[in-house]
Amino acid sequence: MNETDINQRVAAFLEEHDPGGDRLEFLRARFDAGLAWVWFPEGLGGLGAPRELQQVVERELADTPQLNSGKQAIGLGMAAPTILAFGTAEQQRRFLRPLWTGEEIWCQLFSEPGAGSDLATLATRAVRDGDEWVVDGQKVWTSGAHHARWAILVARTDPDVPKHRGLTYFVCDMHAPGVEVRPLRQITGEAEFNEVFLTGVRLSDDLRLGEVGDGWRVAQTTLMNERVAIGGAPTRRGGGVMASVVSAWREHPELRTHELHQRLLALWVEAEATRLSGARLREQLAAGQPGPEGSGMKLAFAKLNQELTGFDVEFLRDLGYDDWAFRRSEDVDFFGRGPGYRYLRAKGNSIEGGTSEILRNIISERVLGLPSEPRIDKDVPWKDLPR
Amino acid sequence: MTLLYSEVEEELRSSVRGLLADRCPPAAVLQRVESEPNDLDLWKTLAGEIGVAGLLIPEELGGAGAGPGEAAVVLEELGRSVAPVPFFTSSVLATRALLPTRDALLGELAEGRRTAALAVSFAASPYAPARGSSVTVDGDGRLSGTVSGVAGADVADVLLVPVDGDLYAVEGAPVTVVPSLDLTRPVATVTFARTPARRVGACDVAAVLRFGAGLLASEQLGVAEWCLDTTLAYVKERHQFARPIGSFQAIKHRLADLWLDVVRARAAARNAVADASSVSVAVAASWNAGVAVRVAEEALQLHGGIGMTWEHPVHLYLKRAKAAEIALGTPGDHREALASLVGVPAPGAE
Ligand SMILES: Cc1cc2nc3c(=O)[nH]c(=O)nc-3n(C[C@H](O)[C@H](O)[C@H](O)COP(=O)(O)OP(=O)(O)OC[C@H]3O[C@@H](n4cnc5c(N)ncnc54)[C@H](O)[C@@H]3O)c2cc1C
Repeated sequence: MNETDINQRVAAFLEEHDPGGDRLEFLRARFDAGLAWVWFPEGLGGLGAPRELQQVVERELADTPQLNSGKQAIGLGMAAPTILAFGTAEQQRRFLRPLWTGEEIWCQLFSEPGAGSDLATLATRAVRDGDEWVVDGQKVWTSGAHHARWAILVARTDPDVPKHRGLTYFVCDMHAPGVEVRPLRQITGEAEFNEVFLTGVRLSDDLRLGEVGDGWRVAQTTLMNERVAIGGAPTRRGGGVMASVVSAWREHPELRTHELHQRLLALWVEAEATRLSGARLREQLAAGQPGPEGSGMKLAFAKLNQELTGFDVEFLRDLGYDDWAFRRSEDVDFFGRGPGYRYLRAKGNSIEGGTSEILRNIISERVLGLPSEPRIDKDVPWKDLPR
Repeated sequence: MTLLYSEVEEELRSSVRGLLADRCPPAAVLQRVESEPNDLDLWKTLAGEIGVAGLLIPEELGGAGAGPGEAAVVLEELGRSVAPVPFFTSSVLATRALLPTRDALLGELAEGRRTAALAVSFAASPYAPARGSSVTVDGDGRLSGTVSGVAGADVADVLLVPVDGDLYAVEGAPVTVVPSLDLTRPVATVTFARTPARRVGACDVAAVLRFGAGLLASEQLGVAEWCLDTTLAYVKERHQFARPIGSFQAIKHRLADLWLDVVRARAAARNAVADASSVSVAVAASWNAGVAVRVAEEALQLHGGIGMTWEHPVHLYLKRAKAAEIALGTPGDHREALASLVGVPAPGAE
């Protein structure tokens, strides 16, 4: 399969389906034609084609109905690759199509009040009852739970073994009785994320992803994809947050100072070097030689985003804020909002999806081969760990 | 356009690396820097057997007809060994200055039979190409004046002197080596006093220096890689408080950050090779110069007392990194150039 084949398929598809017609019909047809994510297998929205050919499809279909990349981020970036890697054929058939079209939104029920960076210590219990599991516990920081039809969920199925071994991964029905979603207000004023209380929630065993007790390994797939999704999106030179800062800089010569100029140029260079390593990383992946560079991209992205958005506020000398109203956000409207919002929202970039400290631990141990700190939690049954 | 290494580049890398491991370990460099820093035997093998001297020279002019990608890989390896050979000064800078003239000297440079140096200060830049030079030409085509901070002049058979848009070849002018911050690439003052010179052709010095700055980024990458690798090995080995010091998070996190800087330096260096535009060169030159200095400084710090000794080679890398930070434009010079190149105008500018 090469670029020409893809172009032909897209052309044939567009002859049959009018992009100006019903949006959902169009997206469903695109999925069925294998033009959703070309590297997925045939029948699941893909063509089994090399991943880099996706950009050809995106380019050719740029003027047709698009996905909602904000609301669908967790589904597309995390749930889908995990379902593809660990789901049964039946689960893949059931979940992937509406996930991709956006008919069903997904959220991520991982973090808990007592388990953040140390996710494997989580306490939400799933107890088997015949063909079902009964889930009890509390999750927190759950982005978009208020939109979600489904969730990816990690729960403890065996408290008597060390923490990493007693976990199991499920798809949670967010409409099931016993699921309660409460908004959590963020520093930006609005509520993107939530607390989710799970009380006697019954999930049938066919909602389990992977083997009982193998939840940690399944979750690793999700987390690796999350970090690539957050840090790895292709951008053009000077694009993204940099573009909005530079356009403000050009529009307001009266606000420029030499000191800010020096800082902006240094950030420009760092952003460009970061963008180039993202491009190099994607080339390596496409050539089938995935390098360890991936774990660094999210770290670099978080730092840059925070510095640039902080710079923007300072440069504009903006003492105001667009809107503190407490509401449930539809989406992360990063560029639609003011610089104050961007500054505050970007603070989450070094926390969500693994904090920057945890990413440095991962790089230093898995990429650089440095020894771990002495640990006391590896071989102790979860139930005996100090809390 | 690709940011990856080609198979040919990887093969070239491994032969250069093999030779350097054998002939140019840091201890050997250390031993010679105070007596005779330039290793001309090693240069003979590199140029003659591996053929690195003619990489940038087209086949019809006697070279290998390779490109900047191959030269960059050689520079990475030479940087890793702080190898005291005139590859950068003769086979990159001087060669690039000579290429548009298609002068017959290129054939001799390609074979490594002769070496040349561009008589331009290492402290000059694409934005201030005449910095450090007072050379003028008179009606008889004789040169007078001095150039300070010239790298590679001490081993050059021929000096290539740009004056007023022209390039002159000079042999036998007095070259005075000065004590240099970079022990492995000392600089010299070159003096001309009504010195006879041969006009070789036209020369756009700024373009030559820009090309050089783009490739120097690969050498800086090599310097940074050695410092990072050596430090990683050391912190895994060295024990304090009954643990390897590399298990302390304060150290792990610093190394993770340095690694990320080096990853980005590799991408920036490859990009400057793939796309030699002014923007790509300025990005690679400013980023990689800073990274090489940062990693070398951290390498020294994380070695503790041993890092401060003459006996340990890390200082050779620190000195190379710090001198190369100035060479062909400081990071600040390159960032300032970006202001107009990418439309981030200074206060008061349009
Ligand atoms: C905007 C936002 C959206 C989120 N969305 C979701 C979501 O949809 N679903 C979900 O499950 N979770 C979500 N999270 C949660 C996120 O994954 C966690 O907040 C994160 O993993 C950190 O956990 P914690 O908040 O418990 O902090 P802690 O783990 O308590 O960390 C506190 C501080 O200690 C540091 N620290 C902890 N351990 C170490 C260590 N070993 N070494 C060095 N430093 C350490 C951390 O880096 C941090 O600075 C979201 C978070 C944010 C901010």
